[in-house]
Amino acid sequence: MANNLSGGFKAYLYRDILIAQRDRGDLSKPLMFFLLVAVMVPLAIAPEANKLSAIAPGLIWILALLATLLSIERLFSEDYADGSLEQLLISPNLLMMPILGKITAHWLVIGLPLTLLSPVIAIWFSLPISAMVPMMLSLALGTAVLSLIGAVGAALTLPRQGGVLLALLVMPLYMPVLIFGSATIQAAVDGLNWLAPLAMLAALLAVAIVLCPLAISAGLRIAKNG
Amino acid sequence: MNFNLQWTWFHRLGSPRWFYQQTQRWLPWLAVATLALLVTGLVWGLAIAPPDAKQGNSFRIIYLHVPASVVALAGYYIMAISGAVGLIWRIKLSFMLMRSAAPIGAALTFIALVTGAIWGKPTWGTYWVWDARITSMLILLFLYFGVIALRHTYSNNEAADKAGAVLSLVGMVNVPIIYKSVDWWQTLHQPATIKFTGAPSMHPDMFAPLVVMIIGFYSFYSLALILFARAEILRREYRASWVKQLVSNQPAEK
Repeated sequence: MANNLSGGFKAYLYRDILIAQRDRGDLSKPLMFFLLVAVMVPLAIAPEANKLSAIAPGLIWILALLATLLSIERLFSEDYADGSLEQLLISPNLLMMPILGKITAHWLVIGLPLTLLSPVIAIWFSLPISAMVPMMLSLALGTAVLSLIGAVGAALTLPRQGGVLLALLVMPLYMPVLIFGSATIQAAVDGLNWLAPLAMLAALLAVAIVLCPLAISAGLRIAKNG
Repeated sequence: MNFNLQWTWFHRLGSPRWFYQQTQRWLPWLAVATLALLVTGLVWGLAIAPPDAKQGNSFRIIYLHVPASVVALAGYYIMAISGAVGLIWRIKLSFMLMRSAAPIGAALTFIALVTGAIWGKPTWGTYWVWDARITSMLILLFLYFGVIALRHTYSNNEAADKAGAVLSLVGMVNVPIIYKSVDWWQTLHQPATIKFTGAPSMHPDMFAPLVVMIIGFYSFYSLALILFARAEILRREYRASWVKQLVSNQPAEK
């Protein structure tokens, strides 16, 4: 098949967005989770502005990590269950592009809404307005890395449908994203140069875009026989 | 299915049977060397080496802590590289080595963390510090746990091996990134007040037993890896005629 390289990308991007749009319940659950856990925090710790703003940079990132982790499990499992993943695997095209399309769709459905919702949490936790833009930029880049790395775990745990095992595999690999993500917000709060950690996040994203699809396609091919 | 398609040295190296028979001869030597090195290193380090000027005798735990950490980290690379060799050349033996390396590495990482905590109490006054190295070791432990846990996901042995290899390789790419980012994070959060007694600044009288212990731990690691791999070979190749013969010839010993 003399298909152009981006063909699979677009097709899978539209397809997954369409599926998410038809099934809004799925789309909103991780976002509701993101907001709900954020509400729990002041109740559990203290409703004092200075305490909350001290932990907010890290907390927002932990919430984003958990919300991505909750949703990434479904990235391949439905396709695996209904057989369309098998069709993708036996097609003669490169696997990378459809995989990247699916991950981009996941980011558009989870990462981007999380980023757009994050100012609400920032206001709840009394983060300064000046930290908003760095926070949103770091979340936009970082959630994409979380989706990419999470997809590796989702592919490898496919025969058992992810769950706790997926979290166990993926969380140690999330550590650098968490560090640079919260460091970006923290630097902005402290009035320091937040571009440096943000650039590190961008670098992580660049590396992940290149390497993760390799591991994911290997993982999917293995999982098919698992 | 069969491994003896071509009897080149390379394929022979990958033959579980060849490995099993060859290591039979190495094992006694390796066991003696390991025992000699560890006993020498321990007696030298714990009894003969001079006490540290500041830490007194409590520094002597270094003779367990440092070798365990060094080999635990190297063990991850050994595991990932044998996984890669298995993926690329489809060698069964290297998958068996990979699988055997995971629990040994996890155990060594655990030893490194526990001895570190015990050492930390008299030295820093606390069992746990979020230091870059300690945090990285903790993450390494979870990386090992992930590789061990993943194999129980698969009912198919071959798929489990390949999945484990992919995960170890992803982890291998990440180990330096994790270490660097944790290092960066640590310098951001706390001034680097904690300095380890770096090896080059150690007195030769203290350093020499440490070297013996590190070599001893590597030797122990090889011994454990070979023993684990031999058990794995018997478990997986139980249908092979040579294993049947081996088991039926020596029922009392096995």
